[in-house]
Amino acid sequence: MIERPESTVASIARNLEGYVGFANLPNQVYRKSVKRGFEFTLMVVGESGLGKSTLINSLFLTDLYSKDYPGPSLRIKKTVQVEQSKVLVKEGGVQLTLTIVDTPGFGDAVDNSNCWQPVINYIDSKCEDFLNAESRVNRRLMPDNRVHCCLYFIAPSGHGLKPLDIEFMKRLHDKVNVIPLIAKADTLTPEECQLFKKQIMKEIQEHKIKIYEFPDTEDDEDNKLIRKIKERMPLAVVGSNVVIEVNGKKVRGRQYPWGVAEVENGEHCDFTVLRNMLIRTHMQDLKDVTNNVHYENYRSKKLAAVTCNGGVDISKTKNQMTRSPLAQMEEERREHVMKMKKMETEMEQVFEMKVKEKKQKLKDSEAELERRHEQMKKNLEAQYKELEEKRRHYEEEKSNWEAQQRILEQQKLDASKTMEKNKKKGKIF
Amino acid sequence: MQYENISADMKQEGEGARAVPLAGHVGFDSMPDQLVNKSVNHGFCFNILCVGETGLGKSTLMDTLFNTKFEGEPTQHNQPGVQLKSNTYELQESNVRLKLTVVNTVGFGDQINKEDSYKSIVEFIDTQFEAYLQEELKIKRTLHSYHDTRIHACLYFIAPTGHSLKSLDLVTMKKLDSKVNIIPIIAKSDAISKSELTKFKIKITSELVSNGVQIYQFPTDDETVAEINATMNGHLPFAVVGSTEEVKIGNKMVKARQYPWGTVQVENENHCDFVKLREMLIRVNMEDLREQTHTRHYELYRRCKLEEMGFKDTDPDCKPFSLQETYEAKRNEFMGELQKKEEEMRQMFVQRVKEKEAELKEAEKELHEKFDRLKKLHQDEKKKLEDKKKSLDDELNGFKQKKTAAELLQSQAQQAGGSTTLKRDKERKK
Repeated sequence: MIERPESTVASIARNLEGYVGFANLPNQVYRKSVKRGFEFTLMVVGESGLGKSTLINSLFLTDLYSKDYPGPSLRIKKTVQVEQSKVLVKEGGVQLTLTIVDTPGFGDAVDNSNCWQPVINYIDSKCEDFLNAESRVNRRLMPDNRVHCCLYFIAPSGHGLKPLDIEFMKRLHDKVNVIPLIAKADTLTPEECQLFKKQIMKEIQEHKIKIYEFPDTEDDEDNKLIRKIKERMPLAVVGSNVVIEVNGKKVRGRQYPWGVAEVENGEHCDFTVLRNMLIRTHMQDLKDVTNNVHYENYRSKKLAAVTCNGGVDISKTKNQMTRSPLAQMEEERREHVMKMKKMETEMEQVFEMKVKEKKQKLKDSEAELERRHEQMKKNLEAQYKELEEKRRHYEEEKSNWEAQQRILEQQKLDASKTMEKNKKKGKIF
Repeated sequence: MQYENISADMKQEGEGARAVPLAGHVGFDSMPDQLVNKSVNHGFCFNILCVGETGLGKSTLMDTLFNTKFEGEPTQHNQPGVQLKSNTYELQESNVRLKLTVVNTVGFGDQINKEDSYKSIVEFIDTQFEAYLQEELKIKRTLHSYHDTRIHACLYFIAPTGHSLKSLDLVTMKKLDSKVNIIPIIAKSDAISKSELTKFKIKITSELVSNGVQIYQFPTDDETVAEINATMNGHLPFAVVGSTEEVKIGNKMVKARQYPWGTVQVENENHCDFVKLREMLIRVNMEDLREQTHTRHYELYRRCKLEEMGFKDTDPDCKPFSLQETYEAKRNEFMGELQKKEEEMRQMFVQRVKEKEAELKEAEKELHEKFDRLKKLHQDEKKKLEDKKKSLDDELNGFKQKKTAAELLQSQAQQAGGSTTLKRDKERKK
């Protein structure tokens, strides 16, 4: 664990007795950000003919798609494409690099299964680029090409969301900030529009789709405004490239025989709300949510896949998420060392036991052989003794008999001697 | 449904972006304000490290700079080594909240042998970098709410000798210049006269240059502040005086130090450079100091650390590595290592078992040989015994035969003798 500095645990609040000057920090930040310039990537998704390009042009008061740079709508697409156009716009000293990502062909085919896949792939690839750039050893200032906001265009059927709408939003709501819009809202009367909006919001909640949420601020006034905006979701928009004169004023609008639908009129449509929210008040927040939530989700999933080998064991991976992949490897190394130690002691034990067994066996067999040998020796000795005894007997008998024989011999000799004498005497007879 | 590859799908318009004119006020010029609002809501944080010998007025200067009395008592000179003590304070000015951390070097320059003095400072700075790096590398990280403890500015306090830098100063600053933004200041400068001060500053600056010490330069790339920053760069090092006591000058209470021969006013630019320091450090360049710390010093630390751990941006064929590849490669290497260790241990055991088995077999063999020998001996003995037995039996038989034969002879002789005697007797009787 890295040791944090020896600091007081709770920061101490201090009152200043005079002007220090760090209240100027925001100005310093302002200055630096203007110098750096800003970037924003906006994606528009919807079927052809819903007025996406027109809306972009209206939002940014420019002809993003002109004769020289024709928009995707004028091209015939057979497959879903993801196209990006980068433009540089300047206003009030502030420079913005705006990237518009269009998805021509979306939802236009007969079979639209998986038509969201190229969109998902695009978003993921941008996150991937950022991840790689962020993870390099030599890092340089990284351009932020991630998709910050996705405007999803709903066809003004007046009934509800189509299955494709639901499917798309469900798949993208945790990858990018999704803002659903009702396109070509000038085909709906205010009442129809209200009902339509209610229906859509109901379906969004039913399917648990997480659309972009406006953060609450500390300012009550702002919160009131935000709540008002939330009530008008999804925003019903009308776009126009044409400037018409109405009551002496030049406005952007759509001219009908029965009147002019003004783009920037709050009673006609929610375009102004969208523009204010998207550009003037929440552009930074959209970028922050992309960076802190969507990108981090992507990153942790990616890294978890690499380190946790697919995260097979859920309980284990939860712990692993709080570490960097390298710390994770360190932890695994330590675990492994312990496992090895345990294995070693176990093996050692088994080894010792077996050796003991074997030695014991050897000892036993030695003892057995000793015993037998002793036995045989004793046997032999007994036999020896027996033999000795027999011999002694024999010797005794032999000497007895030999003594006897000698006496007999002597007797015989004496007898023969006497006979001799007698014989001699006898002859005299 | 055929879906094309992403690279084929994406058509970029030109290398960079083309500029387009706007037909009206769009409103994104509020972006800097949006950013500022977010920062203000989030709060700021700033970390200052004060390096200097004991008694140079570091704590007093901090108090004076931030118009408040911070914690701490004056330290003694008898510290055994250099320690770093940090304190965090939450300050607020109008709607701006600042989390200020002041780190003091306690005992710097007090030891007899100061060779290792700089080490604890460098270690401290590195520890903060390491903490940030670890957070950045985590799988689930919360960089957004991370309390950044990296040192943004290092105020190096130079003793007002009037002559030149001490060698300890040069050594320390050289070790720190690639890790932190150094702002050298001449402490307690009310002990130096103006003419001496100019000479002192020139001497210090030339010594720093000749020793290759990189001190922090106030940035001159932004036109709004380029001029003032350039001028201030020429006044470095700032000669400061700190005081929290107030003296009445005219009809105002000002921060000053009162001597019998006059009063040194802290905020009087003729008396000292305190105002310049405050202006540069806090009011103009605080954000730049933070940025430099992050984009230069921290990146350098990170690069060195990652290279140390064996990470590279390109493989031997100079193709760029993706993060995933790098981690996977590292992981495979790591797993291979572990497996190898396991294998080695197993092998070792197998070897030992073999050896022990051979040993025991040897012992067994010896045992059997011994008993074979004994058995053989026994066999020999037995044979001997048998032989002896046999010879005894033969003798016995011989003796028996002899005896029987002799007895037969005797009985015959007796019979014959008897008959002879009988014959004799018969003859006699005749």
